[in-house]
Amino acid sequence: MEKIPILRMGSFLLVTIQVDLYDRLALTLETDLINMVHKTGARGVLIDISAVSIVDSFMGRILGNIASMTRVLDAETVVVGMQPAVAITLIELGLSLSGVYTALDVERGMSLLQTKLGPNDELVDDDADDTE
Amino acid sequence: MLTILSKDSMTVTREQDVVPCRNRVKEVAVKIGMGIVNQTKLITAASELARNMLRYANGGQVVIEVVSKGRESGVRLTFADKGPGIADINLAMQDGYSTGKSLGLGLPGTKRLVNEFDLKSIVGQGTTITILKWKNG
Amino acid sequence: MATTITELLKKNKAQLLDSWLQKQLSSESLRDDLMTNDELRAQSEELVNALAEIITEENISQVDSTDYDEVFEILSTISMSRARQGFTPRETGLYIYGLKEAILDLLQQQIPNDSMQLFTESRKLNQLLDNFAVITFETFIKGREEVILRQNDEISDISTPVIQIWDGILALPIIGTLDSSRTQVVMENLLQKIVDTGSSIAILDISGVPAVDSLVAQHLIKTVSATRLMGADCIISGIRPEIAQTVVHLGIDLSNIITKASLASALKHAFGMHKLTVKRADTDKSIR
Repeated sequence: MEKIPILRMGSFLLVTIQVDLYDRLALTLETDLINMVHKTGARGVLIDISAVSIVDSFMGRILGNIASMTRVLDAETVVVGMQPAVAITLIELGLSLSGVYTALDVERGMSLLQTKLGPNDELVDDDADDTE
Repeated sequence: MLTILSKDSMTVTREQDVVPCRNRVKEVAVKIGMGIVNQTKLITAASELARNMLRYANGGQVVIEVVSKGRESGVRLTFADKGPGIADINLAMQDGYSTGKSLGLGLPGTKRLVNEFDLKSIVGQGTTITILKWKNG
Repeated sequence: MATTITELLKKNKAQLLDSWLQKQLSSESLRDDLMTNDELRAQSEELVNALAEIITEENISQVDSTDYDEVFEILSTISMSRARQGFTPRETGLYIYGLKEAILDLLQQQIPNDSMQLFTESRKLNQLLDNFAVITFETFIKGREEVILRQNDEISDISTPVIQIWDGILALPIIGTLDSSRTQVVMENLLQKIVDTGSSIAILDISGVPAVDSLVAQHLIKTVSATRLMGADCIISGIRPEIAQTVVHLGIDLSNIITKASLASALKHAFGMHKLTVKRADTDKSIR
C-alpha cells in the first residue's frame, strides 16, 4: 500500500506531501506520524503541503487532528507552504485551522519550532536520554 | 439563458473515486481558463460533495457540465444520490450542523465556495445538489 | 436580361471594391489617423471577396443562413477591432452602409431600364446588408463592453497595490469600500506577494476605508486568517477612532487580530517581530 514517507531530522520529523491525498492515505499518514512521534520522541513535526493543490474539510480535519495529537505527545506541528488558493478556499469553507502553527516554508517552519521549543529544551537538558 | 457546451458524467461509489472525480473537474475548469483560486474553490466543493455522497448515500452520480450565459462561462456540477435524503434542509445548511461525525462545514461551506448552489432532497428517495462556478465568479 | 445581385457581385467584384473604397476615402468618417488606407483596403477586400464567394440566389433571401458564417466572422473581427481602436459607432456603421451604397450604385448602372427588377434586387440587398449592419453593431458594442470589463479589472488591480516596505514586510493600503469581490482580489494579490517575496508580515492599512461594518470586518478577518494559514502574520493598521467605535458597537470581535492606530506603529510592531531596532545614527558628534 502507498505510504507517505516521514523523514527524521534531529528532533523534528518532516513530511512532504507530494500526491493528492485520498482518505485512507491521509488516515494512514496520521497514524504513522503519531506512532513515529511517540517512537522517536520528536519535539516537532513539519508538514510541507506546498505541492498540495486541494485541502478539503476532511484533509483540514486530519491536519488539525495531527496537531492536537502531537501536542498531547509534547510535540508541536507546523504546516508549511500552503498555496494561496488553498488558504483562500479553506477560509471560505470556514476552516481556519486555529490550533495549527503555520510557516511559509520548511526553513521558517524549522526556526519557528526552534523558538517555540528552545527554552523548553534547555530546561529538560538534564534528561540525557533524550533522543538525539 | 444558460447553454450547455459539454457534458460528462461519472459514478462515485468508492472512496478512491474522489480523486479521479476531482481531476475530471479540474480538467474542465482548466479548459475554460478558470483562474487558480476559483479552480481550487470549485474542486474543493466537488470534493466535499462527493465525500458527502459517499458518507451518507454510499455514492451516486456526478455530472460535469461546461455552461455559458452571455459572455460568462462556467462549470456546473450535479451530484445525485439515492440515499436517505435530508429531512431538514435548513438545518443541514446551518454552519456547524452535522449528523455525521464531521465538522459540519460540508454544505454551508461548500455553498460559500461556489456562485450557485441548489439542493433538492426527498426523504427516502435521495438528494440532488447542483453547484455552479463561473469562470470569473 | 435578368441581372441579379449575385451575378453582379461575382462579375464586378473589383469595380465594386473600388467604388466602395472611393466612397470611404472621400467620406468625412474616414479615420486615417486610426487605420492606414492600405489596411482599410485589405479589410474591405476581404469582406467583398467573402461575400461574392458565398452569395447565391438561394441564400440571398435567407439572411440567417449558416452560409454567411464566414462573412459574419469577418464582420465581427472588423467591428471588434474598430471598437478597440476607438472608432465611433457612427463611423463603423457608415462603413457597412457604404458597401450598400456601392452595390446599389452598381445595380443602378447594370439595370438601367427595368425599374421593377431594380426594386426587387435592391430589396434583397437591403435585407441582407441591414442584417450585416445589425451584426456589426452587436459586435461593436460587445467589443466596447470588453474594453470596459478590462478597465474594471485594471482598476481593481490598481486599487490594491501590495508594497514591500521592508525585507519581509508587506504593506497593503486599502482605499475605498471593501466588498466581497474586492476582498478576493486583495486576498489573492496579498497572498501571492507573500509567496513571491517570502514575507512573513503583512500590514493591512485601512485608513482609506470609509466605514467598517460587520461585513467589511468579516472580509478583513478572512484576509487575516488566510494570511495566517500561509504562515505569515497580519497587522491591521489605520483604525480611526470612529471605526474603533463602530466595531465595538457592532460587537465585532477583533481581539485575535493585531490592530494598530497608524501604519507607523504597525511598522514599529513589525520591526519588533523581526527583532529589528531603528535608531538615530549619532555620526555628527561635533554638533553635540
